[in-house]
Amino acid sequence: MAEIHLRNLAHSYSPTPAGPDDYAIREMNHVWEQGGAYALLGPSGCGKSTLLNIISGLLSPSEGQVLFDHKVVNELTPEKRNIAQVFQFPVVYDTMTVFDNLAFPLRNQGMAEAKIHSKVQEIAEVLDLQSLLSKKARNLTADEKQKVSMGRGLVRDDVSAILFDEPLTVIDPHLKWKLRRKLKQIHEQFNITMVYVTHDQLEASTFADKIAVMYGGQIVQFGTPRELFERPSHTFVGYFIGSPGMNLIEVQAEAGGVRFAGTHLPLSAALQQRITDTHYTTLQVGIRPEFIHVWDEPNPDALQADVVHVEDLGTYKILTLNLDGAPLKVRLAEDKPVPEGRASISFPAQWLMLYVDDYLLEVLP
Amino acid sequence: MNKVQNNKAWWLVLPVFLLVAFSAVIPMMTVVNYSVQDIFDQSSRYFVGADWYKQVLLDPRLHDSLLRQFIYSACVLLIEIPLGIAIALTMPTKGRWSSLVLIILAIPLLIPWNVVGTIWQIFGRADIGLLGSTLNAMGISYNYAANTMDAWVTVLVMDVWHWTSLVALLCYSGLRAIPDVYYQAARIDRASAWAVFRHIQLPKLKSVLLIAVMLRFMDSFMIYTEPFVLTGGGPGNATTFLSQTLTQMAVGQFDLGPAAAFSLVYFLIILLVSWLFYTAMTHSDANR
Repeated sequence: MAEIHLRNLAHSYSPTPAGPDDYAIREMNHVWEQGGAYALLGPSGCGKSTLLNIISGLLSPSEGQVLFDHKVVNELTPEKRNIAQVFQFPVVYDTMTVFDNLAFPLRNQGMAEAKIHSKVQEIAEVLDLQSLLSKKARNLTADEKQKVSMGRGLVRDDVSAILFDEPLTVIDPHLKWKLRRKLKQIHEQFNITMVYVTHDQLEASTFADKIAVMYGGQIVQFGTPRELFERPSHTFVGYFIGSPGMNLIEVQAEAGGVRFAGTHLPLSAALQQRITDTHYTTLQVGIRPEFIHVWDEPNPDALQADVVHVEDLGTYKILTLNLDGAPLKVRLAEDKPVPEGRASISFPAQWLMLYVDDYLLEVLP
Repeated sequence: MNKVQNNKAWWLVLPVFLLVAFSAVIPMMTVVNYSVQDIFDQSSRYFVGADWYKQVLLDPRLHDSLLRQFIYSACVLLIEIPLGIAIALTMPTKGRWSSLVLIILAIPLLIPWNVVGTIWQIFGRADIGLLGSTLNAMGISYNYAANTMDAWVTVLVMDVWHWTSLVALLCYSGLRAIPDVYYQAARIDRASAWAVFRHIQLPKLKSVLLIAVMLRFMDSFMIYTEPFVLTGGGPGNATTFLSQTLTQMAVGQFDLGPAAAFSLVYFLIILLVSWLFYTAMTHSDANR
């Protein structure tokens, strides 16, 4: 069990990186605290798996340090780091039985056979594998193999951390939910640091207490699912989290607020001050589809937008609007009246975010 | 239910039937024909039933030959399979070296049998051969033309030199097909190098090893040219294997009847042993 600290860490697969684009991981500092359940969320190719392999020691970072409990482990092999990792595709030892598969990591560390037996039984029970223990691993289904694969990680409860690299990709949807619950239970039971890599926001938010969103080789936000939803600190987080993602509109600063096309959006004096302090190339406002207010009756004081399209998803509706040329998605509760032709909308000030070069502009306290 | 009578599909399989008939069945039936008759010329032939088979099966010369053949094939497999696996495991996997090693390994496979025999025949000669004269100069008495043991060792070394590459290349391709994630998982599980070989590499090599064992068994069991060129079957009959005995019988003595019976028995032995290997190596898959 350990706190994992990444210090000035960067990694490039090229031996002579010329610019930031050559880096799979751009320089970062990050701490995974002991006993936390974390998700590492991001699209394919953003460096999630690279980061995981650096933590486990399968890959050696080109710059910076990895520390376990304040001790630099860069030079240590995965064997020495005492870490468990579950991969995207199930790895089982074909010729062994399920029991021997689960016992394998324990036998390799020279544990007494009686203790191995009880450990394996315990983990087999958690993962519902008891009935398969004497079966040869090669005859299992993909789900079962992945459970065995996970079991081999979970059976070692003395590990510094368990890393999961999209472990549920090959699993049936109805089993996914069950297994995620299992992992959560195991986490609560053993209090092991767990890092769970995924590109599925639902999977991340059901498993993790805190989510690190990765984009372009960087962790752009680290926070609770709620923080990611309510205050995305990067436009990518706004776009990637939520369904549909955040509405982002490019704007120009002007007196009293910002403007795009013929629409003026007022901003607080503090924010206006912050804009004038920064040198930016792009300025965007962002608002979540859930937070746009649609007036039941036409309201001349509100913004007027054309209704382009209405999608009924059963429990809610998605409106596609056109506000002065900017497309907007709005999530409308099922019981609300659907505006026809024109809609009167407002952006509540507390949910209107301002992004400067993709990063959230916050009012300093 | 009305069954449609339409046998047109038979025309589609006809080419295969013809091909198999002309390439395998008809030639083999002529051998069967010879093996149950005593044929002097077109008009005088006599049905002899199983007489030729009895004669062949009781022939001590063939028994000796068969025993030698089995010992030889066993030696070939016991040396070439482990050696081939070992070479494949140590071969470089990327860069210029890997291509170079592949080319070097492929060279023996491209040399015709006759030439291989001749190379070793000269290489091993006690008077002028590099190998033979060097060994003798070092005080090791060596003469494959006179000493049974030397002849056997030379024939075996020649076969190992010629064919281990095949096993190595097959295993190399098998090893390359193992996804990296297996090795990564093994490192995470802290598996020893031996455990990686025993539980990952060897099981994943099983299908290529099956091919390697079958090919090497069949080829070595039918070996003819190389020992014939190298030792001519000698000294005495020490390196006379089944094919050579069969050739002596059919071409040398022109005993077509017994030779035909012997050919069929020979064929059945190869079929039987190959089947045994196949069953033994694929059987464990069926275990539940």
